[in-house]
Amino acid sequence: MKDFGYARASTAEAAVQTLTGRQTAVIAGGTELLNWFRLGIAAADRVVDIGGLDELRGITRDGDELRIGALATLNEVGEHPLVRQAAAALASACLQAASAQIRNRATIGGNVLQRTRCPYFRAEEPLPWPCNKRDPGSGCTSLAGRHERQAIFGWTQDCVAVQPSDPAVALAALDAQADVLGPAGPRTIPMREFHLTQREAAALGEPMRETRLGPDELITGYRLPVSPGGQAYVKVRERASYEYAIVSAAAAVRLNQNRIDAARVALGSVAQRPWRLGAAEAELPGTPLTREALIPVIERAMADAAPLPQNGFKVTMARNAAVRALLTAGGAS
Amino acid sequence: MTATQSAGPAPEGLSRVEGPLKLTGAARYATDHRPDGVLHAVLVGAPVAAGRLRGVDGSAARALPGVTAVLTAADLPAFPELPPPSAVHVMPFADDRIRYEGQPVAIVLAESVEAAEAGRAAVAVDCEREAPVLIGHGHREPVMGEDRGDVDAVLADTHVEPATEASKSLYAVPALRLRQLVERVSLNVPTPMRAPVEGPGLWALESAMNELADAAGLDPLDVRLANFAEVSPADGRPWSANGLCEAYQEGARRYGWRTRHERPRRDGPWVIGHGMATCTMGSFRFPGASRVRLRRDGAVVEANVHDIGTGVQTVLGQIAADELGISPDRVEMRWGDTDLPRTGPTYGSSTTVGTGSAVAAAARDVTKQLAELGQGGRDPLEALDRAGIDELVGEGTFELPGGAGFNADGAGTPYAIRTWGVIFTEVGVDPDFGLLRLRRAVGVYSAGRIVNPITARAQMTGGIIWGWGKATMEESDQEPTSGRWLAKNLSNVAVPVNADIPADIDVSFTDEYDETASLIGARGIGELGATGVDAAVAAAVHDAVGVRVRDLPILPWKVLAGL
Repeated sequence: MKDFGYARASTAEAAVQTLTGRQTAVIAGGTELLNWFRLGIAAADRVVDIGGLDELRGITRDGDELRIGALATLNEVGEHPLVRQAAAALASACLQAASAQIRNRATIGGNVLQRTRCPYFRAEEPLPWPCNKRDPGSGCTSLAGRHERQAIFGWTQDCVAVQPSDPAVALAALDAQADVLGPAGPRTIPMREFHLTQREAAALGEPMRETRLGPDELITGYRLPVSPGGQAYVKVRERASYEYAIVSAAAAVRLNQNRIDAARVALGSVAQRPWRLGAAEAELPGTPLTREALIPVIERAMADAAPLPQNGFKVTMARNAAVRALLTAGGAS
Repeated sequence: MTATQSAGPAPEGLSRVEGPLKLTGAARYATDHRPDGVLHAVLVGAPVAAGRLRGVDGSAARALPGVTAVLTAADLPAFPELPPPSAVHVMPFADDRIRYEGQPVAIVLAESVEAAEAGRAAVAVDCEREAPVLIGHGHREPVMGEDRGDVDAVLADTHVEPATEASKSLYAVPALRLRQLVERVSLNVPTPMRAPVEGPGLWALESAMNELADAAGLDPLDVRLANFAEVSPADGRPWSANGLCEAYQEGARRYGWRTRHERPRRDGPWVIGHGMATCTMGSFRFPGASRVRLRRDGAVVEANVHDIGTGVQTVLGQIAADELGISPDRVEMRWGDTDLPRTGPTYGSSTTVGTGSAVAAAARDVTKQLAELGQGGRDPLEALDRAGIDELVGEGTFELPGGAGFNADGAGTPYAIRTWGVIFTEVGVDPDFGLLRLRRAVGVYSAGRIVNPITARAQMTGGIIWGWGKATMEESDQEPTSGRWLAKNLSNVAVPVNADIPADIDVSFTDEYDETASLIGARGIGELGATGVDAAVAAAVHDAVGVRVRDLPILPWKVLAGL
């Protein structure tokens, strides 16, 4: 880890103006950036601290829209009555993320920018094997090596990693928008499009790009439409706390009698972005809220899954997570 | 040799004396001590998993700010081979052969950890790379074996156990054949941890016992009871003490083992299963010395022991207080200093047995001196006052047969010394995901006199938690393309957290006093709790969903694959 300069930003605009050079990093909670520095994943000459910007705080509701500032910590989001009431899947995802100590520091803005937990990517320096994310063009060792926890959708020969954020899955399922600020001013990015699969990034001509956020842009907050119905976030992990998901699922369900009226569902840790099951969402209205009825719908929506040799189980596990999330959101389990 | 004797203070025991320091953050650990002029050392590892070292160039690292030296084999003395019971015998820097990735080839010394780490990255290591040998592909060779009785008449096939210590010590058998194979691969030998001798072999033996019971249509508890060994199966010696049968019965009663399948089999998504296994550990004993200084305001215990969190300070002070007949809060512990009387090492669950005995002997020496002064039978502090003496110094030692520096399982005595127990586990399995959750556990242990029930229970509970981690989470993968460990930090290797551990972990001990094992009636306890848990959990998974997992850890995808 090399020495770096440190400054506190006075406004969000001022912080953005420092981002023109690649050697500047933004710090808020600091729970991820310092990992990158120590492992050699990133190095910066300057670190700009946005943690003191009150304009990026706060959780409010304005009519049918929930607004969450980028600096709200995961525990603040997860425990806030407005979020629990209007975006229960997001609250649950936040509270199932990381550990209590990390949730007290980590911000909802930075959380979606965390990078993959792939052990090949997270290796110490000097990097012991090829990894295209660490050393572009060197190759992907996980593909030929171990990949139980890697992607079943959207991967390429260049990279098979998944995005590990829990809140990102709920934000995508709930049709949240990220408010971002860049040199040209503010804009919004839908959270279901915020992250890129390796295949999408390759199509953009930037195979190692992971999000649509520009290098000189800052997330300032999120806006979520509030809609009636139940929600759930199901996280599957061998350890009961403080562990990344093997797979996860976020769901929102509105019922009419015992049948689904409308549903949204996204899978986590199956791709480099939250994986909305759009085909299932189109088919679910009118479907009874039962395990037997849901399984074939989800299976059809996951028909394009492309598991790697060691992670075929993820298809079954993700299907079951989606079914469990829908049943729980609908109040059936 | 089992006798009931109530020695010591109130049966509930003493809370650990260093608890407040640890809870308030005031405890100082090794890295909290910063002597003047301290340098930080970082090891430079070989970048390949197999090959030969051609050279190490530290010149670029030496030029970095803060780096004071880069040491290579040429700068270092020849390290001697380590004697048993160390698992690692050959020290690094001995030759140019690279046996595993990360094998130390240089040491960077610097004024800060950061500078030393930067220095490590700048050291150029030149080596000849060979193809690494992966687990399952190495040369296998027999290393040790022993037979007792007419084995061929009993066993048609050769029986192979990877670690045979438990197999030769646990069940009554008419004949015994033990064979071990070692596979040579491009990995470093793990540092001994958590029942390194019994743990691996007992996983196989107890899983086999559970599968045997299932195949025979018998209760696994009955199979154990029917095969209880009245004497050591290895050599026929009588046990110094063995309360295993009592532990089986008491554990089954506390768990409700016989009625387990009369209770509900489901709880929401969780399918509930039950499993059990026998626990056992050998008995490591080391000689040592201790000193007790009796002063007018209390006693000082001196021993150069090292407390790794097991409650040594509490227990040794308590032993001195018991022996002297004074309150434990009048005893001060001095430890962790090599100028103090030399004790055995802090491993092998041996400290209370060895150092505890030496402390007891030192206290008895003080009591004897008081009697010689005509002050016997009184409160010792008052007696010292009456005799007009400021301090009496008692010396005590714990010695082994033949003056040995190490003794396993009572070797050289007429008795075999081991510890025993049983673990029952209730496990929930979510068949949608292959997830496991521990719901409750009952452990009953036979380990001689329990000096302090509070710290003893804490140790056994910790062992069970560790056993749960071994059974369901912990895995070090050899990365197949490079031959090195896939993950080198805990962010990719899960160990249990509080959320994994239910409150209902019921630990108890049989009432024993083992005068053969130690001066204070105790045998070792620490690692015993970690044994058996893996096999009990695997049996519970099978009981719940019918899936038999034979390779640890029992990860979700292994369970899913069987459903």
